[in-house]
Amino acid sequence: MSGVQQFLSHFFITGPFEIGGDVSIGLVSIAILFILTRYKLWGWLWREWLTSVDHKKIGIMYLLAALLMLFRGGVDALMIRTQLAIPGNSFLQAEHYDQIFTTHGTIMILFMAMPFIFAMMNIVVPLQIGARDVAFPYLNAISFWLFFFGAMLLNISFVIGGSPDAGWVNYPPLAELRFSPGPGDNFYLLSIMISGIGSVATGINFLVTILKMRAPGMTLMRMPMFSWAILATCIDIIFAFPALTIALGLEFMDRMFGAHFFTVSGGGNPMMYVNLFWMWGHPEVYIVILPAFGIFSEIVPTFARKKLFGYTAMVTSLLLIAIISYFVWLHHFFTMGAGADVNTFFAIASMFVAIPTGVKVFNWLFTMYRGRIRTTIPMLWFLAFVPNFAIGGATGVMLAAAPADYQYHNSYFLVAHFHQVLIGGVVYGMLAGMYYWWPKMFGILLEEKWAKWGYWFFNIGFYVCFMPQYPLGLMGMTRRMYTYPAGMGWTTLNQISTVGAFIMGLGFIFIVWGIVTSILHPVKDTTGDPWDARTLEWSLPSPAPHYNFARIPQIEGRDAWWAMKQKGLTKLDDSTPIVPIHMPKSSGKPFIMGVLFFVAGFGFVFNWFILAALGMVGVVILLFSRSFEYDTDYYVPVDEVKHTEALYGRS
Amino acid sequence: MAVDAHHAGHAVDHSKPLELSTEEGELKILGFWFFLAQDMILFACLFATYIIMHNHTAGGPTSMQLFDVPGFVAETLILLTSSFTYGLATFEMRRNRLKGMITWMVITALLGMSFVGLEVNEFIHYATTGAMISRSGFLSAFFTLVGTHGAHVTLGIFWMISIMVQLYKKGLNPVTARKAFIVGLYWHFLDIVWVFIFSVVYLPGVMK
Ligand code: HEM
Ligand SMILES: [Cu+2]
Repeated sequence: MSGVQQFLSHFFITGPFEIGGDVSIGLVSIAILFILTRYKLWGWLWREWLTSVDHKKIGIMYLLAALLMLFRGGVDALMIRTQLAIPGNSFLQAEHYDQIFTTHGTIMILFMAMPFIFAMMNIVVPLQIGARDVAFPYLNAISFWLFFFGAMLLNISFVIGGSPDAGWVNYPPLAELRFSPGPGDNFYLLSIMISGIGSVATGINFLVTILKMRAPGMTLMRMPMFSWAILATCIDIIFAFPALTIALGLEFMDRMFGAHFFTVSGGGNPMMYVNLFWMWGHPEVYIVILPAFGIFSEIVPTFARKKLFGYTAMVTSLLLIAIISYFVWLHHFFTMGAGADVNTFFAIASMFVAIPTGVKVFNWLFTMYRGRIRTTIPMLWFLAFVPNFAIGGATGVMLAAAPADYQYHNSYFLVAHFHQVLIGGVVYGMLAGMYYWWPKMFGILLEEKWAKWGYWFFNIGFYVCFMPQYPLGLMGMTRRMYTYPAGMGWTTLNQISTVGAFIMGLGFIFIVWGIVTSILHPVKDTTGDPWDARTLEWSLPSPAPHYNFARIPQIEGRDAWWAMKQKGLTKLDDSTPIVPIHMPKSSGKPFIMGVLFFVAGFGFVFNWFILAALGMVGVVILLFSRSFEYDTDYYVPVDEVKHTEALYGRS
Repeated sequence: MAVDAHHAGHAVDHSKPLELSTEEGELKILGFWFFLAQDMILFACLFATYIIMHNHTAGGPTSMQLFDVPGFVAETLILLTSSFTYGLATFEMRRNRLKGMITWMVITALLGMSFVGLEVNEFIHYATTGAMISRSGFLSAFFTLVGTHGAHVTLGIFWMISIMVQLYKKGLNPVTARKAFIVGLYWHFLDIVWVFIFSVVYLPGVMK
């Protein structure tokens, strides 16, 4: 084989799945290119989306990306479950299996859950607090494109260079160069570091937005609960992500420059990585669940037609959870052997989290008590969440009992626990939020028939898939085993679990189909307030105009929009004159910045340092050129605002 | 400032320092504080790693053998002074004296450059004696921690220069004042980090 051939055969991975991947990626790309060219959509795409700094559009792009990643991660999951359906299966080889569970976990947490929460906060927070955009719209676009190109970088590893295969936690020494040579783990490190920069920027951006840009009269204690949840989330993001950056950065130094942070032979200590990783990792699970709590806190009062029970307790418990989440990280490795005293501290701290969490669940239930409940789709997802999270919390407390965890640790019991909270909590919450705010995003209502089929299949499938995994764990089946022999007594439970996974897959298809039919046969949301809801975003027409509020409303209490409706208003006060509205200009730089980071990341992955340097230099040039740009915003003239408002039948 | 200032866009509140006189200035400065908070955690993780690694020399050179007292004392003095001179630049800014301000910024940048020069020199010197990043856990942690700080300073110098150019071209206004103020925050922050490097890395490194 010639050198070039040899290089290419390592560069492009060839195997049945990869070729399948190549073909489908190729076909989808061709289809997209064709549609864009055929309908002359390139200019539209660039002007309206790729260069947009509008939080609503950025939110929609996050949402699309999250759904796509949910699909990719879901396909990974089905392959895992297919392999485990029968003992001694040879559907996947060990190496392949490792790659698939690694990308599954990485994608689901970092490239599905994270963009999903970013989607929700982008779409909702400014509308809910009466602002016209986020504090730093340009930075917001950068965050999105860093996430997007980070995700792309991870996804191309499937067909170019090889996927990472050391688990989503990427522990050394396995993830070190010696045991994981080749570019796979570099893909993991680079893609997460790039998107991580974006996540931190989002945290800062929304914290400033929420603290500084609320409408006049909206004190913190009048703020809608979802915005409170995002505030707590942002605090967690700002203080947790640096630990991940360092954990991955040091591993990167080990792999690229032969440093010895985690290689015992050179004086390193792999447990240092594990600690740093979970100092981020545990707060991270709350970073993704708190927004879901926030979403439920909006949905339950709306569909129970009652104000949220125990507002102050809800705020307190949110903040308590955010803070306690920093003091529990060691429960992910009680078996490190830190000693009984240390383990006891972390065990008790972990169990403490259950208290504020319980407060929240009971407050939702009390909000429903004697309410006139409408079982709409968002409400159904909430109702499914409650028992799910109760079981997930209970098994979490079981795992947090340090001595017992020596038995459960890294078994299928653990796998069942975190899927219970991540699917039953985060995914259910995000789906509920998607159904709830869809009319606000797109101005159309979602149909209910397929949505219900999707709901029942997904929910029943969930229990069929994951309940068997608890006993499997207790019977000794450990996580990440690519196959198991017959005669362990594990076969039946595994088969049931696999069936459940496919039922969930069907549920996902129904959900998507419901969305597709709603788009094909749109029912317009003409009122802007289809649920008869309580918070400010529903006072706007759907979808909201690009400047959100023609006039910033004056807030007098909680549930601002509900209070106005009680006073007989049907729209926001429009007696004051409209003034020109100050808005940020679109910019192509955030997108280009994403491309440059991608180039740099790609260079590092293959140790092509010249390419990496070129990418980084490009990033720096872009940063400085932006600093010299002064013409970054403009005023929307009064006539244009009046015209737009008139289109919505407002004045 | 009135609560609803952000609806007015570019409204200027003259009762406040120039950099805080617009809503944009206020937002960006607050945002930068949060950025510094996350940078602080970043360094905290690096410090923790260094403390663990300090004695993991894997048979290679120890901090005792390596660190050169006059060298790091000089670095410290230079960086501390540069923080002070930037303080003078801010002082001139508050008095609306552009020339004095830029002069102090130039001095700060020059001090910063000599700091980076000394540090690069120190690193090269270590490397020529075989103390490279790949030698031991201790050296990995040392170079990464101190190098991350040095990279921050280097970026800060370029950033400061670009702000000086903008000040020169546009004069003092709420935007340039805000930018200069933010570079200042960054610079003082790096100074504080260095104080920790001095007292966690260098001092214990040469003490028995
Ligand atoms: C009362 C609440 C909770 C407690 C006490 C708890 C406790 C635990 C413990 C002790 C472990 C480690 C078990 C082991 O490795 O042996 C664990 C793992 C995990 N938990 Fe929880 N948990 C709780 C809630 C949550 C929530 C809300 C989420 C996410 C939304 C979550 C996500 C995870 C994940 C992702 C892992 C394992 C990750 C891995 O090892 O790959 N947990 N939990
Ligand atoms: Cu945890």
